[in-house]
Amino acid sequence: MRIPYFPGCAMKTTAKNCEVSAMAVASKLGIEMVELPRWNCCGVFPSLVNDDLMRHVAPIRNLIRVQEMNKSGIVENEYRLVTLCSMCYHTLKEANLFVKDKEKLTKINTFMDREEEYEGGVKVLSFLELLKEVGYEKIAKEVKKPLKGLKVAPYYGCLLLRPREIGIDDPENPTILEKLLEVLGADVVDNPCKVQCCGSYHTVDKKSIVAKLTYDNLRYPIENGAEIIATCCPLCTFNLDSRQKEAKELYRDLKEIPIVYYTQLMAIAFDLEKKFFGLDLDLYYKNPKPLLKAKNLY
Amino acid sequence: MSKSDVDEGKVRVYIMGREYKVPFGLTIMKAMEYAGYRFIRGAGCRGGFCGSCATVYRIEGDYKLRVALACQKTVEDGMYLTQLPFTPANKPVYDVEKLSPSVNVLLEYYPEIAKCVSCNTCTKACPQDLEVMDYVQAALRGDLEEVSRLSFDCIGCGLCAMRCPTSIVPYNVAQLARRLYGKYVMPRAKHVDDRVKEVEEGKFDEEMKNLMEASLDVLKERYTKRDIEK
Repeated sequence: MRIPYFPGCAMKTTAKNCEVSAMAVASKLGIEMVELPRWNCCGVFPSLVNDDLMRHVAPIRNLIRVQEMNKSGIVENEYRLVTLCSMCYHTLKEANLFVKDKEKLTKINTFMDREEEYEGGVKVLSFLELLKEVGYEKIAKEVKKPLKGLKVAPYYGCLLLRPREIGIDDPENPTILEKLLEVLGADVVDNPCKVQCCGSYHTVDKKSIVAKLTYDNLRYPIENGAEIIATCCPLCTFNLDSRQKEAKELYRDLKEIPIVYYTQLMAIAFDLEKKFFGLDLDLYYKNPKPLLKAKNLY
Repeated sequence: MSKSDVDEGKVRVYIMGREYKVPFGLTIMKAMEYAGYRFIRGAGCRGGFCGSCATVYRIEGDYKLRVALACQKTVEDGMYLTQLPFTPANKPVYDVEKLSPSVNVLLEYYPEIAKCVSCNTCTKACPQDLEVMDYVQAALRGDLEEVSRLSFDCIGCGLCAMRCPTSIVPYNVAQLARRLYGKYVMPRAKHVDDRVKEVEEGKFDEEMKNLMEASLDVLKERYTKRDIEK
């Protein structure tokens, strides 16, 4: 299966560990994620105007690239676009819903006079949805090194779940990540904070807000016995990991805990080459290696 | 335009609002000179390479402001012309020796690139037909190689910056990217290193001295008889 793939800026910078592991895992499952030959920001920027139109130009441009890939034969009749970053997924899918209104679609198409018209036929998918479609039985067959004895708590954040029209699962009590972690053989720990806010972009100028949320979002899964948190979103991952430093300054009782993408846990469970784990990259506040070594998983 | 004007091969242009009749086929720059203007800024090589003569114009009956290089674009009937002598664009001071080619360095010096809304106005403005928006986007994700590749033919005219609704300065961002890419990422060109060493060791000192001391006639003769690479 060759499927168009939209990376987004994080996958090339702060979330390289997510991309490198996801690409390797996908390839093992027979999925070839073909990066869009041209792509721009998914569209998550401060909008210039308050008409709710301009901010959809960037995502729609990316969806046009999927049409182009089909027309030039890079992919064959494959109008699904898979994303790894939750923010990109959310932004692209929101724009795609927005232009279901033909009048709005016409306005955007008219504005982008140098592009071919967007026809509205692209389907935006998160990698988690694609994995579900591939099937957990097929994934189970690739698990060569089950994550036995590794107590993992899932963390979704908001972007993959809310609002309901955009979400990939139940917005209040999703289970898609738990199911996947079980297939990988992990001991899944209940996380009552799994759909809570991570603090998002407050991390830039109001670190203390994010530090408090990080403390709250980590203490309950830790109390439930979690040793590691599995995340889906680069911004959640950054906040939950890096802001432990600030959280510890405010709350002395916080125990540090490593944060990894579910895709990294997949690469480990599939027993792929270590370079695909993304653990050697200089991206971590709390390095996951010591825990994984202690569990004989690294 | 009256019939007699057409017969004379002339078109009407408006320079800063005032009407002039200038011959067909002149470039905007030549037309303004024909009308009596003298350029002391905003003119350079006159060959479309230096990027000094960015210009903005409109054609009668059309609402669009268009941009071009004044030395390249020929006049059309009913053109409203003016000349941009200088682009007062933001250009942070940095020491390239002290930077590293990290993914965030462009964002650090030009944080406004994060405001790009992908409207593509910069691309439409570029007289070199570069994919300006695409390289701003590559800059945003720290891809120095892609920025360098896509912006290689930039002549720094500044029109992209003048048109950007979020006040990004694409051409200066790209220049920093190319400096970093050239200095830290691209492989060193050995033949250049070898030649620089020869220059420093004085291999060409004698020849240079002869040239500097030669008379004008000798220089002229040597110039006309020089080897020209075909």
